[in-house]
Amino acid sequence: MTDERVRQMSLANRLLTRPEFGAFLALVVVWVFFAIVAFDNNFVSWVTTAAILNRAAPLGILAVAVALLMIAGEFDLSIGSIVGFAGMAIMLLITPAEAGGFGLPVWMAVLIALIITLLTGFFNGVLVMATRLPSFIITLGSLFIFRGLAVAIPRLMTNRTQLGGFEDYDSGGWAAAFATKIEFGGARFDIAIIWWIVIAAIATIVLLKTHIGNWIFGTGGDANAARNVGVPVAKLKIALFMVTALAAFTVALIQATQLNSADSLRGTLKEFEAIIAVVVGGTLLTGGYGSVLGPVFGALIFAMVQQGIIITGVDGDWFRVFVGGILVLAVIFNNFIRQRASKR
Amino acid sequence: MSDKILEIQGVSKFFGSVIALQNVSMFVRPGEVTCLLGDNGAGKSTLIKTLAGVHKPSEGKYFFEGKETLFESPREALNAGIATVYQDLAMIPLMSIWRNFFLGSEPLKAGPIFDIENAKRITREEMAKMGIDIRDPDQPVGTLSGGERQSVAIARAVYFGAKVLILDEPTAALGVKQAGVVLRYIVEARNRGIGVIFITHNPHHAYPVGDHFVILKRGQILGDYAKEEVPIDHLIQMMAGGADLEQLQHELAEATGRGS
Repeated sequence: MTDERVRQMSLANRLLTRPEFGAFLALVVVWVFFAIVAFDNNFVSWVTTAAILNRAAPLGILAVAVALLMIAGEFDLSIGSIVGFAGMAIMLLITPAEAGGFGLPVWMAVLIALIITLLTGFFNGVLVMATRLPSFIITLGSLFIFRGLAVAIPRLMTNRTQLGGFEDYDSGGWAAAFATKIEFGGARFDIAIIWWIVIAAIATIVLLKTHIGNWIFGTGGDANAARNVGVPVAKLKIALFMVTALAAFTVALIQATQLNSADSLRGTLKEFEAIIAVVVGGTLLTGGYGSVLGPVFGALIFAMVQQGIIITGVDGDWFRVFVGGILVLAVIFNNFIRQRASKR
Repeated sequence: MSDKILEIQGVSKFFGSVIALQNVSMFVRPGEVTCLLGDNGAGKSTLIKTLAGVHKPSEGKYFFEGKETLFESPREALNAGIATVYQDLAMIPLMSIWRNFFLGSEPLKAGPIFDIENAKRITREEMAKMGIDIRDPDQPVGTLSGGERQSVAIARAVYFGAKVLILDEPTAALGVKQAGVVLRYIVEARNRGIGVIFITHNPHHAYPVGDHFVILKRGQILGDYAKEEVPIDHLIQMMAGGADLEQLQHELAEATGRGS
């Protein structure tokens, strides 16, 4: 008999093996740190909390989608470029013909831009699956392609790389849906936070409660094994690349409505920030292991450090040093607890 | 004969100028264990892959449930009820037992929602039927021992309606005790009416569970013996290739004699 080898794991151990546990601890530590260090700078307040959440929401939306893709074993380095690309697509379609744009009604512009953006994800996915090259290389290429297109096409048509004036058009509810501010405790919270929560909730349900989630874990764990038991690996991965593009589109729409404009360079470096949030959130770089809640905590940590540094008046130049340090520490810590927990 | 669920007749497989299998015939009946014995390089892997639908035979006939058949892919063979459990399994170590068990064939309730309670219950029950008590189906497969992983893979194949179970060296990498677990499983699967093809190079593992023994050597069938006709010593000797073994014993005896 082997059942003496099947042991019951303690509750603490189960908690430790959850992918998001390390990120949750780190989040608490970072919050307590700034709550002490920056108490006089009003860190513990609704205003600061709103500032952190407003910063975290767009990054968090990207991180949730990137997490699903990374659990399935692929990277998307082009997501930041797609944010810029999608924003320019929306505004270029709205901009009147005499200014070099297409002059479409807002709803139609958003719809067409959405379809084009989904095609960028489809392009990434198909290219990765058809060439069998690492997605790291393919999407590194599309990082430049889509950023280049986001600069070149508007410049060609309108002679500009910033297109403004979203508020001049009847947005048919889009602006309200993505740019409303909610007053609470004397602070202004972006409605994007609610989108973030909704998207994260849907992603969690898909990952943990549906057969598609099982396929995502299986594909990332061992794509060949998954294929052998009938998982449509290629279709799944292409769909997940389209989901990251959809997240990029959502962020682009939030920014276009909040800031009333699009800029070719928007979303720059967001692909790395999203990957940092996902990895700090406990997702394995090689795929097959991770969660949605982890990257949510990861995005919160990222925004909290950023905001904490701003309000403590530390020179902002140090922000990258902190973020890089936290990334490395988080990965070491996550590895450590995962190994400990699975060996005991 | 109609009671043979799977049979091959005169199968050869060539890879360019290499003759991997030549004129190989074998069969398995439901509720029986056919042991396929052979040393390294005897052609076992090629034969398994031919049975599993990975390779198509260059010559010869393949019968499944009495009908001549040619499988285009392993998936097709699997759908027909021929499940192959390879040595390196198709288990994903980071995933829990129940997630592995149902990967690719998830039971659903209400749209895309995975029926998790049922998945866990069935996993526990199926393992229990095979004599293993999985108290925690949430355990990652990576924390299971080699024998237990083989057992999960076999239980999965049985649950999803395998009529023929091809086991590729399931005991090769295991210790004595773990191998015992897998052997019990093989017997359990046989008792449930499944035709089992058990590939091994260890006659000590084959003999206790096998109903008949097919010996493969250098791509050819050396013999097919019912258990009654062949004592284990004879089996070992034939496997290693009688004359060679006698020669070896002779040489070893000489070497030992000189040493003392």
